[in-house]
Amino acid sequence: MTAMADFQRVESDSETLLRFTGDLSLASIGDLPERLPGVAPVDRIDLAGVDRIDTVGAWMIHRFATARDVPVSGLEGDEAQLYEQVARAADQPVVAPAPDYGLFLRIVAETGEAVISAFRTLHGLLGFMGATVIAFWNVFTRPRRFRLNATVQRFEVVGVSALGIIGLMSFLIGIVIAQQGAVQLKQFGAEVYTINLVGRITLRELGVLMTAIMVAGRSGSAFAAQIGTMKLTEEIDAMRTIGVSPMEALVVPRTLAAIVMMPLLGFYASLIAIIGGGLLCWISLDVPPITFVQRIREVVPLTDLWVGLIKAPVFGAIIAIAGCFQGMLVEGDAEQVGARTTAAVVQAIFLVIVLDAFFAVFFSGVGWI
Amino acid sequence: MSDEDDIIIRVRGLKNSFGNQVVHEDLDLDVRRGEILGVVGGSGTGKSVLMRSIIGLQAPNAGSVEVFGHDMLAGTPGEQTEIRKRWGVLFQGGALFSTLTVAENVQVPLREFYRGFNQQQLDEIASYKVVMTGLPSDAGPKYPAELSGGMRKRAGLARALALDPELLFLDEPTAGLDPIGAAAFDEQTRSLQRTLGLTVFLITHDLDTLHAICDRVAVLADKHVIAVGTINELLALDHPWIQEYFNGPRGRAAIAGSDRAQAPAGA
Repeated sequence: MTAMADFQRVESDSETLLRFTGDLSLASIGDLPERLPGVAPVDRIDLAGVDRIDTVGAWMIHRFATARDVPVSGLEGDEAQLYEQVARAADQPVVAPAPDYGLFLRIVAETGEAVISAFRTLHGLLGFMGATVIAFWNVFTRPRRFRLNATVQRFEVVGVSALGIIGLMSFLIGIVIAQQGAVQLKQFGAEVYTINLVGRITLRELGVLMTAIMVAGRSGSAFAAQIGTMKLTEEIDAMRTIGVSPMEALVVPRTLAAIVMMPLLGFYASLIAIIGGGLLCWISLDVPPITFVQRIREVVPLTDLWVGLIKAPVFGAIIAIAGCFQGMLVEGDAEQVGARTTAAVVQAIFLVIVLDAFFAVFFSGVGWI
Repeated sequence: MSDEDDIIIRVRGLKNSFGNQVVHEDLDLDVRRGEILGVVGGSGTGKSVLMRSIIGLQAPNAGSVEVFGHDMLAGTPGEQTEIRKRWGVLFQGGALFSTLTVAENVQVPLREFYRGFNQQQLDEIASYKVVMTGLPSDAGPKYPAELSGGMRKRAGLARALALDPELLFLDEPTAGLDPIGAAAFDEQTRSLQRTLGLTVFLITHDLDTLHAICDRVAVLADKHVIAVGTINELLALDHPWIQEYFNGPRGRAAIAGSDRAQAPAGA
């Protein structure tokens, strides 16, 4: 086996030598880097007794020799050349990363950057919305450029494939609303109003809102990841050079799919939630399904359905545009795809909830209460 | 017995297949200590798969792979790690960790296997390794995304050489480099191989690289290694693919180029 690296200080009349022995390589260097600085002054370093030397060994000797300003001897042939090369490379100054400005300045700087980047993103998103509208107009005026197959495929991915998970989620939400409502309303002896609660809140708010959150998580993220990966692999650039507009080929089908599918999914979600609520009313409040349906028809005005259905396509458009926008922002490396996908979902859900608040105020204002 | 010791990589009866598609069948290959072995073959003949089989990223369907005399398909994970310390791998795209700077990339293997260095020493080691592979010293604090393709390859080489390995795997190191950069990379590989006493397993399509630095060339075709030898030995063979490869227009140009390069040295 190879001998561990070691050294002795050899004193003679004429000079003091530091004589290295063993294997001066990374695997057998041991604690030499720590022991070396403590050595008393020497006149020369002798490496003739070394079995093997690699770049780490050469670097360590060179570091020591430079610090003490002593000559090195005893290397021949390839080993001398190796030492030479390492010495030349190690004499280049170590370039350190950018200096640290301290905690306070860093917090201020990061806050500022976050604010600037938030405004930039908003600005970019507005621009992207405009570009999407233009792309829609281009496709509308030149219908031959509409990609039917791609759009239908998106319909399936965004809509049909989501039926299972959205149904299950809505059913559970309906049960939770009915159960919580029943418990609270029972305190006033008003548990029969549970039916009003379930019917109105699912059609007006929760059906569409929960669907939007689910679609943002399922499809908005997928849009960002797909388009982001296509940007990394230069597919988008290839499209542009061939003369295909990525806005028309990628963004229009996805946005259209989300706009068309959101109302359908939202309506479906509301229905399933009402079924879930009805089931709970039947079990825990002894309201038979026939009575439940009859009450729903009496207490839920048709405008509640319109409120939900009007909001849904807007949410769909926001989710798709945020997803595609973030995907288009990807550049550089694979890590960006993950970061942009996260940003797409967060942005979509945030914007959906902000818009929902505006819609609530608006619909109250026009008297649809 | 000394002959036996000098075989660093020994592949016997290797078989690899993906589904119905058989990539390797009954493949034998020896790599000797201290040589640069070039591996060539048409696209899809499984050059990269062969490398992945040797370094243990691809479990073969049959056959044996020995590296440094150890069976790579047996052995505990601990033993395999011991062997991994003794080789470095440069993947096609560099495969640098994108969240780390170049210097940190080089330090990863050092941190993983040797804990004796402090941060300053690690920084110094990374710096000289980066410079030795021909990168400017200010490349250290940069992230891979900020580097060009050629610089990424050099950074990948610096990481492959971080542990001063005995064996180096290079997967198409000069692909995508300009001719000057490719020649410089060849030169660098040769000089590192001489000074460090490396054994190099080099997959390449670059005929100039084969002529400039390879001691022997292994030709992969028909699912196995059809011939191994120096370029002159291969030229004497009568296999159509080999003749086409080395005597095609590009092959001739490379031969002419290597003759020109050697002429002043010989005179």
